[in-house]
Amino acid sequence: MRSVSIIGAGQTAFGEHWNESFRDLIGKAGLMALESSGIEGKTIQAIYGGTMASGRFVGQEHIGALIADELGLTPLPATRLEAACASGGVALRNAYISVASGLYDVVAVGGVEKMTEISVEEAGFALGGAGDQETELFHGATFPALYALLARKHMEAFGTTEEQMAQVAVKNHYNAMFNPNAQFHREITIQDVMNSGYVASPLKLLDCSPISDGAATVILCETSKAKKISENAIEILASTQASDSLALTGRKSLTELMATKVAAKLDFEEAHLKPSDIDLAEVHDCFTIAEILAIEDLGFFKKGDGGKATEKGKTSLKGEIPINPSGGLKACGHPVGATGIKQAVEMFFQLNGLAKERQVKDAKIGLTHNVGGSGATAVVHIFKKAQVK
Amino acid sequence: MADNAIAIHWRRYPERYLLRGCHCETCKTDFFPGRLFCPNCRRKGKMVSKEMPRTGKIVSFTEVFVGPIGFQHETPYFLALIDLGNKCMILSQIVDSPKEKIKTGAQVKKVFRKIQDTDHEGAIAYGYKFKVS
Ligand SMILES: [Zn+2]
Repeated sequence: MRSVSIIGAGQTAFGEHWNESFRDLIGKAGLMALESSGIEGKTIQAIYGGTMASGRFVGQEHIGALIADELGLTPLPATRLEAACASGGVALRNAYISVASGLYDVVAVGGVEKMTEISVEEAGFALGGAGDQETELFHGATFPALYALLARKHMEAFGTTEEQMAQVAVKNHYNAMFNPNAQFHREITIQDVMNSGYVASPLKLLDCSPISDGAATVILCETSKAKKISENAIEILASTQASDSLALTGRKSLTELMATKVAAKLDFEEAHLKPSDIDLAEVHDCFTIAEILAIEDLGFFKKGDGGKATEKGKTSLKGEIPINPSGGLKACGHPVGATGIKQAVEMFFQLNGLAKERQVKDAKIGLTHNVGGSGATAVVHIFKKAQVK
Repeated sequence: MADNAIAIHWRRYPERYLLRGCHCETCKTDFFPGRLFCPNCRRKGKMVSKEMPRTGKIVSFTEVFVGPIGFQHETPYFLALIDLGNKCMILSQIVDSPKEKIKTGAQVKKVFRKIQDTDHEGAIAYGYKFKVS
């Protein structure tokens, strides 16, 4: 396998884009990524796109061809990938494989979701498709409810508190203050979270990521070529993915996401690194409990210590391992198919020292972690600034 | 929601009405819901139909305040993951139980209830719920 790097990255602001269509969003993110890479569109050899439920959200399928068309890149092969909220991460990994394998030298990979054109209830139903329709959704489960079941288990097993979970939201809202692309630019307090009303106990409204529109794109290039093209190339040191049961009832443990643990273990082996080598991470905080599970399952903290570590500020922008400097899914927003790519965009900014006020000091090696559903898919990538000659 | 709701419900009657899952005679493992083949023994497994225990213990629970389409008129309601004691877990609503008794470790038993009645074809879906015993 050949080494692969990101040479350009672009992202629309996340939020409610009443003026912009699905097509506008992915087109804009694609152009921004091309602009950032400095290459011409005609250099690209293939296109990959991640979106979860465009058919449900905007009635549009056949997204691969749509992206190629919108970017004026027909007749390039264009492929859509879907893995619920991990659609972006899975698209990134498949684009990576296409370059690592030697098939292509330069490809574009985008993620997009346009979620605000239907009612919140309909959007919730569409997102429910990430779980098990017949044994979870049929019985009245929602995504907050599934994560609430994991949260209660974590609280009872390790003494994790609702305030510790709230601190995840407080931290991510703070980080988002410094991210112009974030959906929310509003600081919140633990008390705000505690008073925000139960959605599914113990999770409250401000424990949940929002419904968002947005798109993100990165350009991948074989590394030796990437170093010649761009001073900003960041190398993908490892790319791994794992699966688990679709429904929570099939899990061996409810205090971890096994798919995250397996993907992370393989990723660290592939990169010849350990968790303590990572300077920052963008993790999948669709709910606050999900960030606590992630920082444990990725190996940054011992199982059960995630809540306490968050409370002590270890995961804050200036902490020992800054988690979600972008604001995460919670505050940067979560247009589901775009999230996995946005995480890579954030790494591109951070590892190149371009993240301005939210810049993590001495950021050299970064990790991204994207989850589908309640943990049935997990994708982990590790990035490092490529040494430009 | 889907058309042909009657067929969609009907094919799952054994599971939803009788807690019918399956059992692998090769590795003596129960599965709920039933599956096509045994993930332990793969093609060497021999799957037979089997009814699950009708009692179990709450492993985790949540009170749902914002319900999905079809359940909005029922909120708040309790959902729980239930350990059936045969290494099978089931997700179900907990009904007819005093709130203070719904907690981790509580013994529950299966009851038969209406699950949804908002299907546009008018099909009413029935199935299992559990109550604290
Ligand atoms: Zn077997």
